Amino acid sequence: MEVLQLVVYGIVTGSIVALGAIGVSLVFSILRFAHFAHGDVMTVGAYGALVGVTLIGVTPMVAIPVAILFAVVAVLVAEFCLYRPLRSSHPVILLISSFGYALILRSAIQLVAGPAPQVFKSGIQIPYRFGEIVIRPDHFWIVGGTILIIVALHLFLSRSKFGKAMRAMSDNMDLARISGIPAYRMILITWVIAAALAAVAGVFLGMDTRLHPVMGWRLLLPVFAAAILGGIGRPYGAIAGGFIIGISMELSTMVIDPGYKHAVAFALLVLMLIIRPTGLFRGTSL
Amino acid sequence: MALLDATDVTGGYGGADILCGLNLTLSRDEVVVIVGPNGAGKSTFMKAVFGLVNVRAGSIVYDGRDITNNKPEDIVARGICYVPQERNVFPSMSVQENLEMGAFIRKDDWRPQMEKIYELFPRLAERKKQPVGQMSGGERQMVAMGRALMLEPKLLLLDEPTAGLSPKFIDETFRQVKRVNALGVGILMVEQNAKQALAIADRGYVFSSGQNRFEDTGRGMLANKEIAEMFLGG
Ligand SMILES: Nc1ncnc2c1ncn2[C@@H]1O[C@H](COP(=O)(O)OP(=O)(O)OP(=O)(O)O)[C@@H](O)[C@H]1O
Ligand SMILES: [Mg+2]
Repeated sequence: MEVLQLVVYGIVTGSIVALGAIGVSLVFSILRFAHFAHGDVMTVGAYGALVGVTLIGVTPMVAIPVAILFAVVAVLVAEFCLYRPLRSSHPVILLISSFGYALILRSAIQLVAGPAPQVFKSGIQIPYRFGEIVIRPDHFWIVGGTILIIVALHLFLSRSKFGKAMRAMSDNMDLARISGIPAYRMILITWVIAAALAAVAGVFLGMDTRLHPVMGWRLLLPVFAAAILGGIGRPYGAIAGGFIIGISMELSTMVIDPGYKHAVAFALLVLMLIIRPTGLFRGTSL
Repeated sequence: MALLDATDVTGGYGGADILCGLNLTLSRDEVVVIVGPNGAGKSTFMKAVFGLVNVRAGSIVYDGRDITNNKPEDIVARGICYVPQERNVFPSMSVQENLEMGAFIRKDDWRPQMEKIYELFPRLAERKKQPVGQMSGGERQMVAMGRALMLEPKLLLLDEPTAGLSPKFIDETFRQVKRVNALGVGILMVEQNAKQALAIADRGYVFSSGQNRFEDTGRGMLANKEIAEMFLGG
């Protein structure tokens, strides 16, 4: 039974990791660099929701649009001030600049909100019991919300004109340009989607645990592990990778100290890079 | 009046000039073939027409308008479509999606054009949902051409459409090029299978080292012994 309980926690963690990893994968497939600030964009989203929760007095789920607004602004500022001017340089320069932006975001949050952990709402939730498994209402929201978002993303990528154009750009950037697909508009759409998913992931993470300025940064390793496990640049792979990482991390707590959870993500990542460097699904090459 | 008129086109990739004053014209509805040795600058010339290579001097006029160094996005909108020599499909996408991407900038209903393309390439109609990456070289080439035709271009640039194809597919490709041309599309084609290409061409050019070496009607070039020996493989 303990195993089942851990799998439930794993699905919750996996949902959050998957939402982050989809964004990392999308950004990589269109902009061809690893966005190290993604974890901190999640944090921005979580604190954005906290602003909504505190000022308007709504629940975190209802405050998600505020979270998305904060995260999208954070990412677009970076795009205009940092990534766009640096775009013609080497991808490693972009990667390092995103690392720097991650530090800026984290410090800014700490400056405004303080270093102490905070919660969306205090008090304990009455969990539902299913036999010996307990599930908190928040967990239903997290998993349900993630499923909804994945379905919406799938419909966007497979049915809509701009979604297909995003896949086309990830497949063959030059041919997309030759076909008249407006590259810059697609880049902006990619950022908005990635930031929105990161914001939701941040809110969910805050609902699952607590908010603190390094919450997203700490999750970056599992998120990258999931994106690479799924084949970097493959959003569907990132979803699978997210759940694999999430469930493995939670199950590992049966045998090792929970403090080492994230090391499990790292171990899986290394293992994958040794056995199958292209990921479960063949990833985008640079 | 010429549909495409390139005069003294000079330029390259930033280093030394690859194109050293090339001239070429193409009338409406014509099939024009460029042949020449490897590295002559044939592909580079096509890229220059399409705004993908910087033209330092000279001009490219299309349909009465100077399009020299215009952005590819703007050139597509004017009705020129380009099928590159390599990497000319979206491999993870289906046949249908590849064609849709060709129609990306169209605001009107492109479905009738898609039906026309499926009529032109019945093989593709049978494989609408198949990812293009899983298809044979010949089929991919059809997808590539189909994508470019979705915009109903007035001028189609084809860079070695028969490269790497089996003889059966080579014949089929040239027949299709001819059929596309019969729909009123001007065709500028670079070809290694020079003899077959010239056989369906109205006119031909020989480029070498970024310069014009020779030009004549397709038939004239095939009949020219000297040209045949030097550039058409005997
Ligand atoms: N992207 C590039 N950057 C720099 N130089 C290039 C690039 N592409 C081609 N070249 C150079 O430009 C010259 C002409 O190349 P181009 O591809 O136009 O030749 P081609 O006539 O098409 O030859 P082929 O028959 O092999 O296709 C060659 O010397 C090549 O090395
Ligand atoms: Mg070439």
